[in-house]
Amino acid sequence: MNSARLLLVLPVLVPLTSAALLLLFRNRPAIARPVALAGLVALLGSSVALLAEVLQGGILATTLGGWPAPYGITIAADTFSAILVVVGGVLGLSIGIYARGDIDRETREVGFEPFYHVLLAGISGAFLTGDLFNLYVWFEVMLIATFGLLVSRRGRAQTDGAVKYVALNLVATTAILVGVGLLYGLTGTLNFADLHGKTRSLEGPLVDAVAVLLVTAFAVKAALFPLFFWLPASYHTTSVAASAIFAGMLTKVGAYAMFRLLTLVFPATPGTAIVPLLVVALLTMVTGVFGAASQTGIRRILAFHIVSQLGYIVLGLALYTRLALAGAVYYLMHHIVVKANLFLVAGIIRRESGAFTLADLGGLYRRAPLLAILFLIPAGSLAGFPPLSGFWAKLLLIVASFEAGEIVAAVFALVVGFLTIYSMTKVWLAAFWKPAPHAPPPPSTQRVRLLTYTPVAVLALITVVLGVWPEPFLAVADRAAVELLDPTSYIEAVLGEGTR
Amino acid sequence: MTFPLVILVGLLFGAAAYLMLERNLVRFLFGLVLLGTAANLMLFVAGGLTPASPAIVPEGADRPDEVLANALPQALILTAIVISFALLAFALVLAVRANHDLGTVDTDHMRDAEPPPDERDPEAAS
Repeated sequence: MNSARLLLVLPVLVPLTSAALLLLFRNRPAIARPVALAGLVALLGSSVALLAEVLQGGILATTLGGWPAPYGITIAADTFSAILVVVGGVLGLSIGIYARGDIDRETREVGFEPFYHVLLAGISGAFLTGDLFNLYVWFEVMLIATFGLLVSRRGRAQTDGAVKYVALNLVATTAILVGVGLLYGLTGTLNFADLHGKTRSLEGPLVDAVAVLLVTAFAVKAALFPLFFWLPASYHTTSVAASAIFAGMLTKVGAYAMFRLLTLVFPATPGTAIVPLLVVALLTMVTGVFGAASQTGIRRILAFHIVSQLGYIVLGLALYTRLALAGAVYYLMHHIVVKANLFLVAGIIRRESGAFTLADLGGLYRRAPLLAILFLIPAGSLAGFPPLSGFWAKLLLIVASFEAGEIVAAVFALVVGFLTIYSMTKVWLAAFWKPAPHAPPPPSTQRVRLLTYTPVAVLALITVVLGVWPEPFLAVADRAAVELLDPTSYIEAVLGEGTR
Repeated sequence: MTFPLVILVGLLFGAAAYLMLERNLVRFLFGLVLLGTAANLMLFVAGGLTPASPAIVPEGADRPDEVLANALPQALILTAIVISFALLAFALVLAVRANHDLGTVDTDHMRDAEPPPDERDPEAAS
């Protein structure tokens, strides 16, 4: 196996290995801590190396077990996959460090670390696989890991949230399985690149029905309207670190699968908007932002904003132009970092003032001015203030909507942006400006402060860099969009490899 | 043989949908069991039923001498069965715990994670 092919499997292999080791050393923190840190650093390193290789040498692909494509399981990385693997690596390391300062002993002892690493492996696997059934398996890996993370704390709200999360997600994964089965029955293949040609030659109501079934199933995973109810029911009930990785990555893997399906497996016509998806995207934006406006807990507000923001991302897919797809890819990079960071900030807010509920918060601007800045950066970015990353992300999608002639979409995107400012202002006023209603809890130790503030500051810095110096990131996003719209090079990389 | 199995798959999906519309969490999970079974059976049928021999190459030969059944759908189903078994085991334990912690399996009364606005916010307790 040459080095490029090794790079393709490392982002999966590294967290799986560290997860296995962490399970072994679960009760020996002295060994587990360096292993966990080494695993996360290696994951980030290998994912950055993978992106560099993809940017330099084009799309990478390999098959496992020595079977030629399309018979063996394909692992492939185009620019889009590689970007998301890197973002996953960045979050993995940041949240892993935060968790070390924040996770209590009980949560750690029931296995937070191994579950966390398995989740990261599942996320990388889903981004890198080139096979539909394998994608289903990675979704199940993620699901099992999230189950473990969700129930690692015991309480009424935790159990309730977990029941809803588990029930709705199990239905969605079964729907994916049904779609996989039907598609195999129709085409006799499950390889993305191979499916591209076969679904096109088969066009008809059956293929369309399977496409709708699969896209709907992944829409549940991406928490799109009207299938998002599991998300705001469960995200605020788990530990801060777990909710941050959920908020950052989980729904985005569902969105990634929708992008992959609708550009590669069931390609639409470039330049023509996918109208049903457009409607769903707009409704997702609106319901999410209104849901957030009605909430009074920080993490519940943020959870509803995930739904709203996914509307923007899917809007980019629904418009189906080069600019819109590039905007959506840039939006994904921006959103994953910002949203995970806001959940981490919510955790620090709770440490500093003892609550997540707005009514019980206050006085943080005076007591923790650094935290105020660290909240303002991601919050402002989420709302779309220039020059932060959210501004460019929203601008691109709004311009793309105008260019595609979808004025309504542009208006929705602008109005939802304003309503996002409302929610963020609400949190700002309640947590930072109004006087504290209670005496603050005892301050955290220096070690906990260092471990929790550092990742938040690093993620905030990334947001600023994405916003102030967007050209290189936009260029990469554009490259990803070009590859998505014209999958020829992806197919050559996958199927050509086997025949050579 | 395909036709009766197709009908059976349809019936299983119907029964699963009926059970999953129940408020009772346990019935919902039974529905999920049926849904998983229906999906697996459907994979089996969609993969093509054939009376051909299993995909085994005779000893000494380098290729099979007759038409073979496709082994891939069976491998897919086997994977899916193993996964759904694990997930369902988890879901059933969760239902037991819900009954223990919340005192009910009626999903209408499970409002602890998202209480009505006038009640205490669940995050305050976490």
